[in-house]
Amino acid sequence: MKINPDKCVACGNCTYVCPMGAIYIDPVIHRATIHRDECVECYACYNGLSQEHLNPTFVRTVRAIFQKLRLRFDPEPDVCPTAAFEPDELTWPRIVRRAFSDPRVPHESTGVHGRGTEEVKTNDVSGRVQVGEVGFTIEFGRPGVGVRFRDIQKMCWALAQAGVAFEKKNPVTSLMSDVSTGTIREDILDEKVLSAIVEIKTRIERTEEIIRLVWNIEKQIDTVIALGVGTRCDADGEENQIAPILEKLGYKLERAKTNIGLGRITNVSAPQPVAEAVTR
Amino acid sequence: MTNTLHRFGSSESFFDDYVVFAMCSKGRNDQDSLPKLRKFLEIAVPFKPVNLGDAIHGGALRPCKHMTPASHWERDTTPDFNAVIRGLDAPTTVAAVFDNRVSAEDFVKAVKEADLGLSINISTSIDGAEQCCFAAGIPRHSVGYSLGFEGKAEKLPDANVMLLSTMCGHGMVSHSFAKKMIDWVKEGRRTPEQAASYLTRFCSCGVFNPIRASRVLSQAARGETE
Repeated sequence: MKINPDKCVACGNCTYVCPMGAIYIDPVIHRATIHRDECVECYACYNGLSQEHLNPTFVRTVRAIFQKLRLRFDPEPDVCPTAAFEPDELTWPRIVRRAFSDPRVPHESTGVHGRGTEEVKTNDVSGRVQVGEVGFTIEFGRPGVGVRFRDIQKMCWALAQAGVAFEKKNPVTSLMSDVSTGTIREDILDEKVLSAIVEIKTRIERTEEIIRLVWNIEKQIDTVIALGVGTRCDADGEENQIAPILEKLGYKLERAKTNIGLGRITNVSAPQPVAEAVTR
Repeated sequence: MTNTLHRFGSSESFFDDYVVFAMCSKGRNDQDSLPKLRKFLEIAVPFKPVNLGDAIHGGALRPCKHMTPASHWERDTTPDFNAVIRGLDAPTTVAAVFDNRVSAEDFVKAVKEADLGLSINISTSIDGAEQCCFAAGIPRHSVGYSLGFEGKAEKLPDANVMLLSTMCGHGMVSHSFAKKMIDWVKEGRRTPEQAASYLTRFCSCGVFNPIRASRVLSQAARGETE
């Protein structure tokens, strides 16, 4: 993303709406400026701000007069008065930033918008997490803190060593150069994204072990982690296996996403919902 | 759309926050899914959602790309549900947000009767979702628990900012903008409803709950936290 200095009037509205805090008013040029390394190409500024198309010279003059008179200018806070934001032509590897940070861009690896994961949201048709299994979503970076792939790789290495299965249809997995070791391709390791989700699954008996592993590695990672744990309910819709383990580990279960099982396979010649079972 | 899973707050605080969403799975039930996704949105409208949206075009309150100076004084903050339904042009995740359990329950019942064949999920407190399922006579298929935030949690802002910003789990509602809106309500520069509408426009898939946001903004302006 870039800001056209000929259009920008330094109103400052965009400095607040940037999730990464990467926009500031440069005191030398008196224009909004993007800290390129902190910008994750989420497009929140471009997509989220409403736009006027006012004459920049006129707006600057009005603002200068108001400032001289010490009058508070109180415009709408979600508007770019001169439509100064202009998308950049992104190339590899920077384009990865947008793929993981702009929720409107679908991931090529999964075809899903947002972070590109289906998790247990489609478990009723995918059979991704079977009875006796547990699926983890380990989300790095949100909300608005950001993460570099180098940090994500630390967790992936540890998970691979523990022998868990990475979800194949997952955007982070698709960027691994070696899934067996959890190694992510070298050329994107320093790229920063708003957030990314690693998905694994294992047997329910290993739930506590995996969570303790995550606890250990997250101390070495310079970001926030949000853990999600998904599992299959029994025929009565009850779930009495995972929740007690999580509560024993000290988690207070407040919120969940509940798949109510109304999905069914309707594509002609689609695979039946039998996913690869995990043995470990 | 883990977008809705990690909303910040206690179980009780989700009494006015029920997100019901539909999605299809690539290669399994995505063929001819567009009319079904549209139907899901249409079914929602009579149950008075507080937001409706799809993951490509956004929610029922969107940024305007051609504002005029006059529009500063007469900005429309009425959600346009028909625009969401009309604008859906490709299979993606679609969502309806409700501010009470009864509406969510009735909607889930109606979706069950419609038999769309899409995967339907409810994102709210664990008890709230169970009650919706019970009311509709549906046993839960799978559940994805949120374990909240850990790691370098010191990087996170205060509770009120978290309550607001995590309502867009994609992070499009920035911490600083949420804090700014709390301050503006506190200073009396905007009403909680106006401030909530600014925040709502940044959510790019329509799952932001403006009613809950207004409540949080009011509480925060009084110096209260949940």
